[in-house]
Amino acid sequence: MGVRMILCAKQVLDPETPLSAFKVDRETKRAVPPPGADPVVNGFDENAMEAALQIKESAGGTITVISMGRSFVTDVITKPLAMGADDLVLLQDDAFDTTDSFVVASVLAAAIGKIGAFDLVLCGRQASDWDNAQVPLGLAELLGIPCLNLAKKVEVVNGCARIERITTDGHDVLEAPLPALITVTNELGEPRIPTIKGLMDAARKKPTVWGIGDLGLALSSLAKTEVVDLFIPAREKRCELISGEDDADAGRKLALKLREAKII
Amino acid sequence: MADETGVLVVGEIRDGRLDPTTRELLNVGGTLAKSLGQSLQAVLLGSDLANAGAEAIACGAARVLLAEHPLLGEGHLDARVTALQQVCQQAKPAIVLIARNEVGRELGPRLAFRLGVGLAQDAVALSVDGGSKRLLATRPVYGGNAMAVVTMVCKPQIATVRPKAFAAAEKNEALQGEVVRVPVEIPASVVKTRVVQKVVEQRAGVNLEGARVVVAGGRGLGGPEPFKELEGLAQLLGGAVGASRPACDAGWIDHSYQVGLTGKIITPDLYIAVGISGASQHISGCSGAKVIVAINNDPEANIFKEARYGAAGDWKKILPAFTEAVRELLK
Repeated sequence: MGVRMILCAKQVLDPETPLSAFKVDRETKRAVPPPGADPVVNGFDENAMEAALQIKESAGGTITVISMGRSFVTDVITKPLAMGADDLVLLQDDAFDTTDSFVVASVLAAAIGKIGAFDLVLCGRQASDWDNAQVPLGLAELLGIPCLNLAKKVEVVNGCARIERITTDGHDVLEAPLPALITVTNELGEPRIPTIKGLMDAARKKPTVWGIGDLGLALSSLAKTEVVDLFIPAREKRCELISGEDDADAGRKLALKLREAKII
Repeated sequence: MADETGVLVVGEIRDGRLDPTTRELLNVGGTLAKSLGQSLQAVLLGSDLANAGAEAIACGAARVLLAEHPLLGEGHLDARVTALQQVCQQAKPAIVLIARNEVGRELGPRLAFRLGVGLAQDAVALSVDGGSKRLLATRPVYGGNAMAVVTMVCKPQIATVRPKAFAAAEKNEALQGEVVRVPVEIPASVVKTRVVQKVVEQRAGVNLEGARVVVAGGRGLGGPEPFKELEGLAQLLGGAVGASRPACDAGWIDHSYQVGLTGKIITPDLYIAVGISGASQHISGCSGAKVIVAINNDPEANIFKEARYGAAGDWKKILPAFTEAVRELLK
């Protein structure tokens, strides 16, 4: 029957947005996307999708993607389908526009409960917008399953999930019985690019859409945090640019400047 | 549950002594406790904790809770979550501080969810709101492009704190405090995730995290070979080589060299960035450097907003001349 996998993928503001185009709305405490710029699938979630595909290739199984948000750009959020996922469930509701990790994890846990039996949940290590790195760990707690954090390699062997977790001086090999949750980090390697066939298959698949009413949750009492401010920190320009007759001369003068300032 | 009081620091022990991050937490925890007019406590998990307990008192803890259990000595994270849940239920702190390092970044969120409370991850500034007495945690978001100030609506209010964001508490052996053993019950069945192997990947050269000088390269280098040139400059300055995430993801250099929000956060005296544009994600890892020097072909690159000195131009011409001049100056 293979490994029944659930992959959590978030649509985020493109983290490659240049700083000069990055704006926040201090009233709503949200980032304001530059006009015309498309969002992307969170990069770490794409790494997790790559991990899921590697497991599917080696052990067999299915991948159901769940994405939660207020609204989605279809071409963006169907990318995991185009990479090779089997199904997509969109959790779409105005109430799902939140930065509170407890609310997000609770909604995801309810959706996973509704999907049914599973062996493995895969998530990116964190989302590149709010960088909370809380939802996957909290989701494992809410589901009551073991958690394997920061994987650069994943395997399913003999009913166990096995990962290599990055550490500051190498890696640990961790193991836990299924069902389990794995978070994946970019050290796993570049995610594959969808093929033409993948894109065509994805276009034919119709996502399941669930709102708050389909999940039987009351969100109002769930939030554990409040954002009281969001701002772009002021950066003072104080760089002394060293120039010379040509680039090599600038390099020499830069070294002399550092000596003068007693830095080297 | 209106009786929660005080600040509880979750300590970590390395080779029988307090980890430097624990002393940082005791420093900022002491400031928060003072502004609340409440006490500072520390909890230590493991075995043979007496010496570290005395150290925590010298660093300002009025009370040290020792939770000793064989499963904690072995460092199982699942066991630590269970133990801390019980310690928090007994000690009822208003604020819990955890270092956002390898252990804490997982421990913090899991503890918060276990207790059903909120957490601010990766705080770089902490204060107490004058009116509500709530903890205000400032944390970088959007890869460091913006800062958010977050509060937690129930207690304990938990924050994981970025290493090196605060100075370590000074030791004062004259300080007094009490050491209390707290019982924890950890059934073996809570340990579900096991470490089956620890692999240390040996690296040549100076340790990146302790280096006084770091020479780092990014996407602008265009390939793996230029890192040899950076290595030459680093050796000259007695420093280490680092890299930005794009350079690591491209496979030009191992990920263990990655400096940034999801890599290593370093605080050298001198950071020389070559071909690094200065995305906030990267700056989060090196903004603690005393002096940043940038070499980049784009004079508008963000790295020049962070740097003290810079040269805008072709690094292939600037760097060899710079390295040669450094060699002459150091003779």
